[in-house]
Amino acid sequence: MTDAVAAARETSESSADDGVTLNDDLTSIADLTRDQIELILDTGDHFREISERPIKKVPALRGKTIVNLFFEPSTRTRTSFEIAGKRLSADVQSISASTSSVVKGETLLDTAQNIEAMAPDILVMRHKSAGSADFLARHCSAAVVNAGDGAHEHPTQALLDALTIRQAKGSFEGLRVAIVGDIAHSRVARSNVICLSKLGADVVLAGPPTLMPMHANALGAEIHTSMDHAIADADVVMMLRIQVERGGNLNLPSTQEYFRLYGLTEERLALAKDDAVVMHPGPMNRGVEIASSVADGPRSLIMNQVTNGLAVRMAILFLLAGGGSRNVEATS
Amino acid sequence: MRLKANIMDAAQIDRALSRIAHEIVEKNTPERVALVGIRTRGVPLAETLHAKIKEYEGVDVPIGTVDVTLYRDDLSQVAASPVVQATELGFSLEGFHVVLIDDVLFTGRTVRAAMDVLMDYGRATSIQLAVLVDRGHRELPIRADYVGKNVPTSAREVIKVTCAEIDGEDNVSIHEVEEAVR
Repeated sequence: MTDAVAAARETSESSADDGVTLNDDLTSIADLTRDQIELILDTGDHFREISERPIKKVPALRGKTIVNLFFEPSTRTRTSFEIAGKRLSADVQSISASTSSVVKGETLLDTAQNIEAMAPDILVMRHKSAGSADFLARHCSAAVVNAGDGAHEHPTQALLDALTIRQAKGSFEGLRVAIVGDIAHSRVARSNVICLSKLGADVVLAGPPTLMPMHANALGAEIHTSMDHAIADADVVMMLRIQVERGGNLNLPSTQEYFRLYGLTEERLALAKDDAVVMHPGPMNRGVEIASSVADGPRSLIMNQVTNGLAVRMAILFLLAGGGSRNVEATS
Repeated sequence: MRLKANIMDAAQIDRALSRIAHEIVEKNTPERVALVGIRTRGVPLAETLHAKIKEYEGVDVPIGTVDVTLYRDDLSQVAASPVVQATELGFSLEGFHVVLIDDVLFTGRTVRAAMDVLMDYGRATSIQLAVLVDRGHRELPIRADYVGKNVPTSAREVIKVTCAEIDGEDNVSIHEVEEAVR
């Protein structure tokens, strides 16, 4: 959303509403207040029920157009956003890098302006460059949702993780959440640290020094290079993906050694609290960062994360399109 | 907003709901009745009607709630609407006379939205409407089958219903605002 449009909107609406609403775009968790995060989680919680109905569709976003721009490969997130839009009755169009004119050399700004000319209401974008979502938001009047921008943020993943944790644990106060793996390249880790800290949880990061960002302390989380120390007494163990597709460029001697030192096995999980739960943003590398017996075990919430991802994305699309805020009564 | 008058107290509300409960089972076979409250204040009213039908007829009729936020036609007009709540219909509508229950019938748009929700859940034998107060000013061809009290109002007036379960007391009052509400 451009500044001029945002300013115009603000003056026309701010007086009418003193409840909590979202900003015009959702590009990072850093931009959200705790109240806004909780509004998304509460709304998402109720949206789960829609997917259990005989007719899994509500007319809330009828007539709205959502364009998904995926400049990086994605199955789960793209499908999740597509289904979320469709369950709300929006018209959804997805464009992926291999079929777009990016391969013909078009710049992001040109692509954005061309799509903008078709008047979409919401743009969902994944891009390899950090800051690309904010760039798009500055140049488009449509609401922009960041579906992952480089190593910067992946806000919808952090929100679905928070909803999953809240369902399992009730609240965030005093929770110890260990995030283990490739912290340096992980937008999921960054968004989760920011989100969980805002919600009151204690976050512990662990991974080999070669996969720790240079200024990890700046995230405000406890840092460990020993996985055993990190997951001791943890309530939640969140494993990150090792990007095996990067081949020899992993900054790791081997995936076997990585599994031995940082893989989540049943023996290691025993170090965490007795009721600790296991999460993974997917796609998993079984036998690299997580053992199959843990991934498919009774403490795994991995499939709940996928289900909640749909509900949270429905909530975000609905809220950005103008529906729902707190502390306001409807009229009959 | 200025209070103009209290129009129903707890005893009057209870009497009106007793009459409506009798009318519902008089018009329909009690075994085929299902009650659905529209959030927020239709929900305690539905629960009261449910208890009364059980008392009079000994039948535990199915009861559910609907949230119409996602079905409203004014999403982009109202800057703010409440947090979406779940719709809870734990029974099949097939074969039932479904009675929708709300506190105030005004424009009819909420009821229109609630009917759309029910349509998405299944094919009820019929859909009927019970309201505590009908204040007029319909914008759609909708009427109530059961009315607690008809209250002629002007567009400047607001009907406020409070329920013991939500607000601490049962009461219906009429208020006047400085500017028109529509």
